[in-house]
Amino acid sequence: MSTTVTKKLMLFFPRCECEKPIIYHLVKDYDLIVNVFRAKVTPEEEGYLVLDVTGTEANIEQALEFVRTFNVTVNYAGKGVAWDADRCTHCGHCVPHCPTAALHVADRGTMEVAFDEAKCIECLACIKVCPYGACSSAF
Amino acid sequence: MKTYADINRRIEAGRAVVMTAEEIIGYVEQKGATAAAAEVDVVTTATFGPMCSSGCVLNFGHSKPKIRMTEAWVEDVLVYTGLAAVDVYLGATQLRHNDPANMYYPGEFRYGGGHVIEDLVAGKELQLFALSYGTDEYPLRELRTYFTIQDLNQAIMVNPRNCYQNYNVAVNDSDRVLYTYMGRLDPNRRNANYCSAGQLSPLLNDPLYETIGVGTSVWLAGARGHVYAEGTQHAGACPRTEQDVPRGAAGTLALTGDMKRMRPEFVRGVSLTGYGVSLGLGVGVPIPILNERILKRTCVRDRDIQAPIVDYSSDYPNRSSRVLGYTDYETLKSGEIEIEGKRVVVGSLSSYARAREIAALLADEIRRGEFLLAEPQQRLPVDGRMKPLTIRPPAT
Ligand code: SF4
Ligand code: SF4
Repeated sequence: MSTTVTKKLMLFFPRCECEKPIIYHLVKDYDLIVNVFRAKVTPEEEGYLVLDVTGTEANIEQALEFVRTFNVTVNYAGKGVAWDADRCTHCGHCVPHCPTAALHVADRGTMEVAFDEAKCIECLACIKVCPYGACSSAF
Repeated sequence: MKTYADINRRIEAGRAVVMTAEEIIGYVEQKGATAAAAEVDVVTTATFGPMCSSGCVLNFGHSKPKIRMTEAWVEDVLVYTGLAAVDVYLGATQLRHNDPANMYYPGEFRYGGGHVIEDLVAGKELQLFALSYGTDEYPLRELRTYFTIQDLNQAIMVNPRNCYQNYNVAVNDSDRVLYTYMGRLDPNRRNANYCSAGQLSPLLNDPLYETIGVGTSVWLAGARGHVYAEGTQHAGACPRTEQDVPRGAAGTLALTGDMKRMRPEFVRGVSLTGYGVSLGLGVGVPIPILNERILKRTCVRDRDIQAPIVDYSSDYPNRSSRVLGYTDYETLKSGEIEIEGKRVVVGSLSSYARAREIAALLADEIRRGEFLLAEPQQRLPVDGRMKPLTIRPPAT
């Protein structure tokens, strides 16, 4: 049995591809476990989707091939939420409000704050609480 | 015993022994206070955090024809024009024109005075809009133009209150979220926020103001600045520990410095949801090790510094003097404190990481002979309490 991996992805759906049941096919045809963090359809009918997919490497790859046939852009970095290290002052205000410790104090000696992108569930809490505009959302 | 002149001679010769307020703790433990006091010349302290009572005086020079500005906005942020013709004061907490503030609570406060100050220091081009009633010698009645900090004659930061000696730890005893200058406070004491650099903080390393006074040279966001007065609300008379460390707010500093020499990473606009805008500022203060007593003061550790825990839902707004208890900065920095048996997660507004960086930068400048100390011309008062404002009918 091949081992499974989990990948965080951000998908961008151009206009008119939003109505296709792509997630359904990911589960049914490629045997992937899908965990959607955040989805949005803009007034221009473009769609954003940030999700985790878990499955075999081969299945994930084939699934993404399939997704691309719909003209969907796949962003492996999965950065629906970005943390700008240059704008962060390491004040630590966001830390108690981040539910998954994606934003965390990396070293209690220096009190430096770090962002673990893989842990981010895109709740957007940090965007509201960061006084320095260091956190932002792609959509 | 050393004098300011002795220390400055060693700095100029590039021979000064300088340590940060963090490094000195271990050094004195190892060497003993007497030996360390003889050897060490300067201990550097620092802090970085929102400092609302900050602002700057700008001089624009004269347009042709001339204007005597009576109302003016920089990037749509109102500046104070009750000064000479083209002098203005820009305050850190001023909102941008038409900002809905808390009309749709909680407001976002994306841009205001603090952000203008950040953009100025970063060298960005900014818009000036000014109005006037027109006079014989200043006929122009309206002006819109663009400028950068380099176009100004002066851009001098003048901050009536910075570097609070110590501060409250804020919690929320109500059952709704509070948005305060101490950040977001979740209901029922779900989190606590503090705002101090603790063992690195300038006035906590000189609790009785023996070396930091009017005239002291400071590192203000990278520029050479000065303490020009006691800060507003300076109240030296306060409860103190056995080591004279205040157990609450206490002393403050009024600082000034040339913004053209500041570094943008230490001058940052602050947006506090539901509260407003402010300025995040980095300050470093050198402490001359004149004698062993002063050295020992700089060895203060986070665990020796207590901070009062205050409820911001009722006690703070209503000026009750109730304190829920005390904690210390070592515990705060662990990320969790205990209040009346309940564990509460801790966040902060002040950046210890930035304070460390500033203390190290200042130490380097002193070692390289680029930053000399200045002897204060006047001490900050150790007595004096903070007066309240009484709401009352006229006395006569
Ligand atoms: S979006 Fe939510 S989970 Fe992600 S870093 Fe911000 S607070 Fe944490
Ligand atoms: S609140 Fe913003 S500036 Fe402060 S540590 Fe978090 S990301 Fe950095």
